[in-house]
Amino acid sequence: MGEEVKLFRSWSSPFALRIVWALEIKGIEYEAVFEDLSNKSPLLLQYNPVHKKVPILVHNGRPIAESFVILEYIDETWKQVPLLPEDPYERAMARFWAKFCDDKVLTSIWSAFIKQGKEQEEALVAAAENLKFLEKEMKGKKFFGGERIGYVDIVLGWLANLVSIFEEIVGLKIVDERKFPLLYSWMQDFAEAPIIRDNCPPRDKMIVKFKALLDAAIASSSSSSK
Amino acid sequence: MLLGFWFSPFVKRVEWALKFKGIEYDYVEEDLTNKSTLLLTSNPIHKKVPVLLHNGKPIAESLVIIEYIDETWKRNPILPQDPYERAMARFWANFIEQKVTKSTKEALVSQGEQQEKKVKELKEAMDVVEGEAKAKLNDKTLFFGGGNGVGYVDIVLGWTCNWMETIEEVGGFKVLDPESQPQFHKWMANFREVPFIKPTMEPKEKLVEFFRMLRQDRLGLVANK
Repeated sequence: MGEEVKLFRSWSSPFALRIVWALEIKGIEYEAVFEDLSNKSPLLLQYNPVHKKVPILVHNGRPIAESFVILEYIDETWKQVPLLPEDPYERAMARFWAKFCDDKVLTSIWSAFIKQGKEQEEALVAAAENLKFLEKEMKGKKFFGGERIGYVDIVLGWLANLVSIFEEIVGLKIVDERKFPLLYSWMQDFAEAPIIRDNCPPRDKMIVKFKALLDAAIASSSSSSK
Repeated sequence: MLLGFWFSPFVKRVEWALKFKGIEYDYVEEDLTNKSTLLLTSNPIHKKVPVLLHNGKPIAESLVIIEYIDETWKRNPILPQDPYERAMARFWANFIEQKVTKSTKEALVSQGEQQEKKVKELKEAMDVVEGEAKAKLNDKTLFFGGGNGVGYVDIVLGWTCNWMETIEEVGGFKVLDPESQPQFHKWMANFREVPFIKPTMEPKEKLVEFFRMLRQDRLGLVANK
């Protein structure tokens, strides 16, 4: 058929990882192009001139950027193992939750990790409120997609491996097993799913990377408050 | 049923999508200061409009609603059929939301250095929009949807036609510039004239009055003691 699928990614980008998982789950053959984001290749800049970011999916020479956009394209182009539900209302719900995950959950948990003092406290409160909504939405399902991993699981997947890394670095509990039992067990089930487990960046490398990011953030905030 | 505010560009988008497809709907005007039980139970997470209720089932978030409308009522498609073209439409919709809509909102409710920063970001985003308009539009292709028909990107960007000038006036900044954005201004002129869109444009004075109040409220300014 002459399909050519390339994925521009970095070793750690959680957004690119979403696409890795989607391609692997659907059994799509692809070539991974690893970018050094501190030294972006001319090809990356050519394929995503607007944002200059990963992930970028290039299918038969045509580039697509933005992880949500790429996920929907993949689901519409390769019909096996659907990621989004078939029913329009269920699809709308999946898209709603995906947006909530990025706009609210990711933002608040990132702030809880990277900020200090009062800002961190406020972020933790916001994160807990957002997680409560997710906990409720789980309502007895194994995954947000139902019996198997779907669109929302892939979008939220960063929670399953990044949160424990954040918690280890800052010494704070962000997703408390007692407060969010369903979400906590989702995190275990997701992380242990073979495709996810085999496609996760090395934990020790991630700890080094995020510790460095946090140190840099602390340094710049303390120097600006002088 | 559509729950909305008259002044909300997000609600207007959904109305444009419904009208484009000739879908009949009941419009319920919500009170910002006294949200209805229906709104609070239909959108408990965000408590915002627009909310579309179809056969009693609620959907929130304007772009999610528009995709739902497109998938449920097949006539007059809003998104293209081809998966790659759909991806491009979604990409641009996302860009507009992240860079144009968000920055405009932030410029409206900020001042001084903060506002200057947002206005700069907004100007850069508008340059990208002008670039895309230059690339895609011409005398035969009036809209991003292709040809003479509006599509997803037009509907998502459409709020700029009515609200951008209002917000500029209220916020005290200038981003629209016919000289450096000729294609965009042509697109705005064409969009405003689309028969089902023209009658929906709220009068500028009414919008200015409302958004002025909103800005003062957000900035904690007191209008008159």
